[in-house]
Amino acid sequence: MPLIELKNVVGGYGGAPILNGVNIAIEQSDIGVIVGPNGAGKSTTLKAIFGLLKVTEGSIVFGGEEIQNSLPDKLVPKGLSFVPQEKNVFTSMSVEENLEMGAFTRTDDFRPTMEWVYEMFPVLREKRRQPAGELSGGQRQMVAMGRALMSQPKLLLLDEPSAGLSPRYVLEIFEQIVKVNKAGVGILMVEQNARQALAFASRGFVLATGKNRFTGTGPELIADPEVAKSFLGG
Amino acid sequence: MSFDAVIDVQNVSKRFGGLRAVNNCSLRVERGSITGLIGPNGAGKSTLFNLVAGNITPDSGKIIFDGRDVTGLKPHQLFHLGMLRTFQIAHEFSNMTALENLMMVPPGQPGESLITTWLNPGRVREAERHVRQKALDVIDFLKLGHVKHELAGNLSGGQKKLLELGRTMMVDAKVVLLDEVAAGVNRTLLQDLAANIERMNQELGYTFFVIEHDMDLIGRLCDPVIVMAQGEKIAEGPMSEIRANPEIIEAYFGAPAEPA
Amino acid sequence: MNELIFFFNNVIVAGVVLGSIYAVGAIGVTLIFGILRFAHFAHGDMMTMGAFIAFLLMLAFQAMGISVPFLPTGFLVLPIAMVITAIIALGLDKGFYAPLRRRGARPVTLLIASIGVTLIIQGLIRLFFGSGTWNFFETEPKQLIRIPVPLEGVTRTINFTQPQLLMVICTVVAVLALHFFLTRSRLGKAMRAMADNADLAQVSGINTKLVVRVTWIIAGSLAAMAGTMLALDVQLKPDLAFNIVLPIFAAAIVGGLGQSYGAIAGGFLIGFAETAAIFNWSVLLRPISGALPFEVPATLAVVPTEYKLTVAFVILVVVLLWRPTGIFKGAQT
Repeated sequence: MPLIELKNVVGGYGGAPILNGVNIAIEQSDIGVIVGPNGAGKSTTLKAIFGLLKVTEGSIVFGGEEIQNSLPDKLVPKGLSFVPQEKNVFTSMSVEENLEMGAFTRTDDFRPTMEWVYEMFPVLREKRRQPAGELSGGQRQMVAMGRALMSQPKLLLLDEPSAGLSPRYVLEIFEQIVKVNKAGVGILMVEQNARQALAFASRGFVLATGKNRFTGTGPELIADPEVAKSFLGG
Repeated sequence: MSFDAVIDVQNVSKRFGGLRAVNNCSLRVERGSITGLIGPNGAGKSTLFNLVAGNITPDSGKIIFDGRDVTGLKPHQLFHLGMLRTFQIAHEFSNMTALENLMMVPPGQPGESLITTWLNPGRVREAERHVRQKALDVIDFLKLGHVKHELAGNLSGGQKKLLELGRTMMVDAKVVLLDEVAAGVNRTLLQDLAANIERMNQELGYTFFVIEHDMDLIGRLCDPVIVMAQGEKIAEGPMSEIRANPEIIEAYFGAPAEPA
Repeated sequence: MNELIFFFNNVIVAGVVLGSIYAVGAIGVTLIFGILRFAHFAHGDMMTMGAFIAFLLMLAFQAMGISVPFLPTGFLVLPIAMVITAIIALGLDKGFYAPLRRRGARPVTLLIASIGVTLIIQGLIRLFFGSGTWNFFETEPKQLIRIPVPLEGVTRTINFTQPQLLMVICTVVAVLALHFFLTRSRLGKAMRAMADNADLAQVSGINTKLVVRVTWIIAGSLAAMAGTMLALDVQLKPDLAFNIVLPIFAAAIVGGLGQSYGAIAGGFLIGFAETAAIFNWSVLLRPISGALPFEVPATLAVVPTEYKLTVAFVILVVVLLWRPTGIFKGAQT
């Protein structure tokens, strides 16, 4: 049974639906990547999973349980974490406090997890007492991911993790994501940098106008010329 | 056949902090055309659009409109010269009717002056009659007759965008900058909008400069299509050529990884 | 020297007392703004309500013969009054503000709702207590503390009342408690997180409803404390804090909306400014009048006592012109 499965999900913010029947399925070992032209509904898919908009048809099943239209703070204890694209750190709080907030729903001792996050992102240990708002773009992204990892999620949702990062850091952030996945966290991410992201994808989903257009492994999708052309509406 | 450029962007650059959003970009919009502007996220097309529309000023380069150097002019000044911009989010007066919204557009109406309203009501009435007739003509053209007395706030998303187009017709704009017209509009009304844009272009000679993500709309309406990436113009041509151009596909999809 | 002591009593001591009251009131306002994003106009009346509850409790305690030596009964009942006011604050939110928030009301709508709540509370208080004044120290005397100054030729003493001393102690305790809560406890940090970025807080799994409840509990308790302190210092009447709600808002805005430490700073700034502005500076100038090139007038105050409230507004305008988001850079108003 897949870790998460979206079946024919239709939804939007009220008004015309943005998702018109989206199907996604990944395992905890996968790095799932959703790409597609603008307006295809990529970020909207992640928001639908995390209960941030209304799903009117279809189902989202996580760990055997239907979770569509749940409240976001109920999903974190179930093992789901979300890193939004923008405003994804508490800028007035220190790096360490940001991580602590990620562990809010935990009732046990989360210090080992914090150690693990600092091992994964050593620069955060250095800057643990600095306000997150003072960090560079790439470092902030690490804080945002670290915060999401503190709740020990089974599945990490990432909305355009490379957005706004210079090309050097784009590769670095993808490598960090691979590290996190190898440590046992399922990844489902949305990306603009289609080719670069798909290179790491064990499951790739190309969306267009709120529907699936192509599905396959990342390398398969990169190799298919129809996929690239579809970004221009061909 | 000579190229009559109604908008001529010459070597325009704009930086935001360390980022070169628009990098020595040149392009031209032909009079009477519907020219599209596309590009992946971060290509600088919104910045370029804002530069042409007067919302921001270029660091260097010139913008020529209808033969006149308009670099640095603000949107309201460009409005008086005949360049209008429509908004991504329609900005109608929601508590006035569709007809009234159109009648509000022409600038400097005599009825706007308190003194004239009191001392010269005849003149105000006459001007209002003209404006009303024009507004009714626009309503007819756009086939919005059935909602002309409806409060603009109650119109559907697509109808609001049609009204937005109507506002540009009220002042006989020379060039209309269409800003993501397809955003948030359902497919059917989008076709209606597209049909109206085509009629305005073919029957009334309006020039359109269209910035858009919806490739189908661009394909239907625009020729030529200008492609921007990394702050520069990288291609221009009909949509069929653009779609087949590997460099452009790469710009949207991403560059191939460096060989190991 | 005597004049300096007069100055000390009337400006410094009075400023500390007034500043404490403003600071404690302003913290509540700023917390509500930071977490719930609206200006809680009814805060002044929550303060008055807290004071009246304390008054009732005091009467009850006195009737039952409960008292503690050295401690005015008003202070003894303060913790209970704080708890009751906190519960009422939760009720106000549940009854009036939460339903509006659920419907997506804009901040200005909530502000107007809070004006309505003000009128309700005012009305209820007048219904039960009439519109006259009451005194916490009807039966107990107010202890006056005089500290002699061991300097030559000094006849004046540094004066303050015992309630004033206790007020300042209470304020210090409250501020320290709040500080530790916000910086050391998980819930306190969650409050800061929610004030920083409410969407991200929700996405991180923070129980935002719980944070809202805790905010009202803290705001309600502090309002009761501030109101009771004020009533102990002057007198208890239905429009007690109505005159203070605007300086409290000024203090919160000056300190930066949403910044608790800013509210404290703002409170003291405005407290001292008020006492300094109404002080009769001639008193200080008279001893050196020989050295001055002009005649020292009989009274020289920046502002007559009746216009005390203008001081808060002048400071508000000056600070906002200099730093639009407040001294500690809070949210945009």
